[in-house]
Amino acid sequence: MKTTTAALAAVLLAGCASVPSSKPAADGKVDLGFTNDPYPGTYTRVAGPPVLLQHATVLTGTGTRLDDADVLMRDGRIVAVGTDVEAPADAVRVDATGKWVTPGIIDIHSHLGVYPSPGMSAHSDGNEATSPVTAQVWAEHSIWPQDPGFHTALAGGVTSLQILPGSANLIGGRGVTVKNVSSVTYQGMKFPGAPWGLKMACGENPKRVYGSKGGPSTRMANIAGYRAAFADAAEYMKKRKDAAGKPDSDKDSGGKRDLKLDTLAGAINGDIRVNIHCYRADEMAIMLDLAKEFGFKIAAFHHAVEAYKIADRLGAEGVCGALWADWWGFKMESFDGIQENIALVDRAKDGCAIVHSDSEEGIQRLNQEAAKVIANAGRIGIAITPEHAIRWLTQNPAKAMGILEQTGTLEVGKMADVVLWNGSPFSSYAQAEQVYVDGARLYDRRDRTRQPTSDFLLGQDVMRGGVR
Amino acid sequence: MSNSPMKRLVLVAALFAASGFASAQELLIRNATVHTASARGTLRATDVLVRNGRIAAIGSGLPAGNASVVDAQGQPLTPALFGGITDIGVEEVSGESATVDTALALGSGASDMQVRPEFDVTLAYNPESILVPVTRVEGIGWTLLSAGSRPGGSLIGGQGGVVRLDGSLDAVGPRALFITLGGEGANLSGSSRAAQWMLLDQLIDEVRGRIPADSQFALLTPAGRATLAKYFGGGGRVMVRIHRASDILRLLRWAKARDVRIALVGAAEGWKVAPQLAAANVPVFVDALANLPADFDELGATLENAARLHAAGVAVSFFQTGDASHNARKVRQLAGNAVANGLPWEAGLAGLTTVPANALGVGADVGSTIAIGQRADLVLWSGDPLDVANIARQVWLDGRPIPMRSRQTELRDRYLHSDTGLPRTYPNDAR
Repeated sequence: MKTTTAALAAVLLAGCASVPSSKPAADGKVDLGFTNDPYPGTYTRVAGPPVLLQHATVLTGTGTRLDDADVLMRDGRIVAVGTDVEAPADAVRVDATGKWVTPGIIDIHSHLGVYPSPGMSAHSDGNEATSPVTAQVWAEHSIWPQDPGFHTALAGGVTSLQILPGSANLIGGRGVTVKNVSSVTYQGMKFPGAPWGLKMACGENPKRVYGSKGGPSTRMANIAGYRAAFADAAEYMKKRKDAAGKPDSDKDSGGKRDLKLDTLAGAINGDIRVNIHCYRADEMAIMLDLAKEFGFKIAAFHHAVEAYKIADRLGAEGVCGALWADWWGFKMESFDGIQENIALVDRAKDGCAIVHSDSEEGIQRLNQEAAKVIANAGRIGIAITPEHAIRWLTQNPAKAMGILEQTGTLEVGKMADVVLWNGSPFSSYAQAEQVYVDGARLYDRRDRTRQPTSDFLLGQDVMRGGVR
Repeated sequence: MSNSPMKRLVLVAALFAASGFASAQELLIRNATVHTASARGTLRATDVLVRNGRIAAIGSGLPAGNASVVDAQGQPLTPALFGGITDIGVEEVSGESATVDTALALGSGASDMQVRPEFDVTLAYNPESILVPVTRVEGIGWTLLSAGSRPGGSLIGGQGGVVRLDGSLDAVGPRALFITLGGEGANLSGSSRAAQWMLLDQLIDEVRGRIPADSQFALLTPAGRATLAKYFGGGGRVMVRIHRASDILRLLRWAKARDVRIALVGAAEGWKVAPQLAAANVPVFVDALANLPADFDELGATLENAARLHAAGVAVSFFQTGDASHNARKVRQLAGNAVANGLPWEAGLAGLTTVPANALGVGADVGSTIAIGQRADLVLWSGDPLDVANIARQVWLDGRPIPMRSRQTELRDRYLHSDTGLPRTYPNDAR
């Protein structure tokens, strides 16, 4: 593969630059303000020189593997991927002989910042477990940017992540996508132009949390709860839409804004991606019907330990499965987990498998989770190549999160979110040596000046040696 | 639904149990890379002969005789691995209390402490738990069952023990006593960890008769006194769950003064006091993936904990904080990551074989090394067993091949192929 031309790069760059920060009205829809953002992102990339990674095994995230290949980053973007790439004179050249290069890893399911370390009661900000439908809350308003887990995830190659509310509620609220960069504020981490996610939950958790607090206490009441909420949202949308066509200088003839229904309306509109925590195959099928009933699209089922039972249907409906490699058995709805779940979801026609973490430990080694899947798929004669598997951690989550135009693959014009590994990433021994976010070297295993430390951990070792 | 998976599983278990009583076959594993987990290290292109469930010969070109022969094609052969400290067989579904027997809480609440060291969690062990086949097809042959501490119980959770994952009903080797100290145990010691030493010494006073059995301060039953007398006299291993460096130092002093043989579980800050642990000859079971300050006892957590402890001369094994039982198979990922962070590979394997076997006194009860006369608990791998990229190809316990099947493989096979008309609840060969 030869270097893509600069002209094509320019086109792609322009395409990325045009990604809006709020909802467009290009399809003729009137912007009813459901996804206005009064808390806009302030992230700007860290400046740095051009970087040329040379002679690496490159997994592009598009399903391609390039041997002895180069990746050139400049001004925060990927400028060239191929062999014998020419770099500007001021480029930093990194000899990556024997090493592997992949897109930055993306975790679609994280609670970093909202359930941070240390896990003190004062830090428990991930579940607004006071009402089964809390679509009005936004996870971003709970994020503690000093969670040390962001930095350990960075050392594991994670460059972008979606931070979701927990799963106590039927409808838990909005999730937010951030770049894994250090900032005093969460706004300084917010991924430019990324849509929000809506977090919903099936099954046992809402039943358990609300069973003695007024319900739902059954699965049938779970479904009734979603339906009531979306029926309210549909009526709200109609009211706002009718009002929008009328002269109204104050823009309030549709009645007071309802923060809960704004979020649900945004989900119905397709501007907020629907992410559903749902384990059992039969419950996922109900949720697919619910989505049709109210006209929304499900981006991904999360955890979904029974996704393998309906893998073909998920593929046909264009719904991703965001899954663990091997978790199971911690509750009844996870009893049927198998280690081939991801491989079987991936195998289906148009299957979209994602390796997710839901864990401050797991997010540090999503590459190893994928390695387990490859190994277990081999047991049943399903051969999976590294260039294919890397998509589970890069391209596929980017697609489900609505950020694939900007990141998730090593394609010219995209954000230069790149990981340099010490070898194949699919191993217990794999380590990210360098991690680039928008072309900036923000983590380097061999360079102390590129290893961030949370405010919380600062000075914790001042008395070290005092314990004698 | 006469052919439910559970029914079939029970049938399979019954058949396998029956085969366990059949006369032991001879087995010859040819051309393996034999990781002996002993001073002999790794032997390339080596044969291992098994007779009567024991390793009878190790060498090259061994005669097959009547043995069934397995060609290892140069792949690694190890002892069956230690699965960590788990609740395998004493819990089925973590969230369903009726299936969980892991900890005792006879008291009515946190303020009503019931100290029952005689509690023996191995008496709840169910060798037909579905967790057993799920775990052992991954190359794990044995585990240490733990007695947890919870409100209504005490700092002293009770006793656990080693079980072989071969269908045996009973634990093997000596029992071990489980104690939780530090921040995790503070809700069991009147809200202060300072009281943990007071309570432990109060129990010693009672065991040694300084508090009469009929005293209002007596906490133990006669059986409890007898149990603690053994452990407080150096007569058994006491597994102490603890993290903070300062707490570990106090524990070392306490254990030395009271003649208690301890091992540490967790020890996120163990590396800070590694020389003292080495000097006291205390084995440590670490979570090699714990590198976050999960709480204020673990501020010093680092992925290099295992490597630093080992470098100081501490015997290091592994345990999982998170999903220890259902995902016990993850323990080799812990070892691999410890190796990636500086632990020598051989020490990683030792942490899954000889270190826990020696610490728990079960060297003769589990095949923790590949040596002549040892129980033939063996695993043939597709590659380096500490790398998640590889799988167990075959597991033998006492020289017998175990069925490489579990409820999970049954579920997988049921959904592996397209529907052909009959619903999937019918047997695969009928569809």
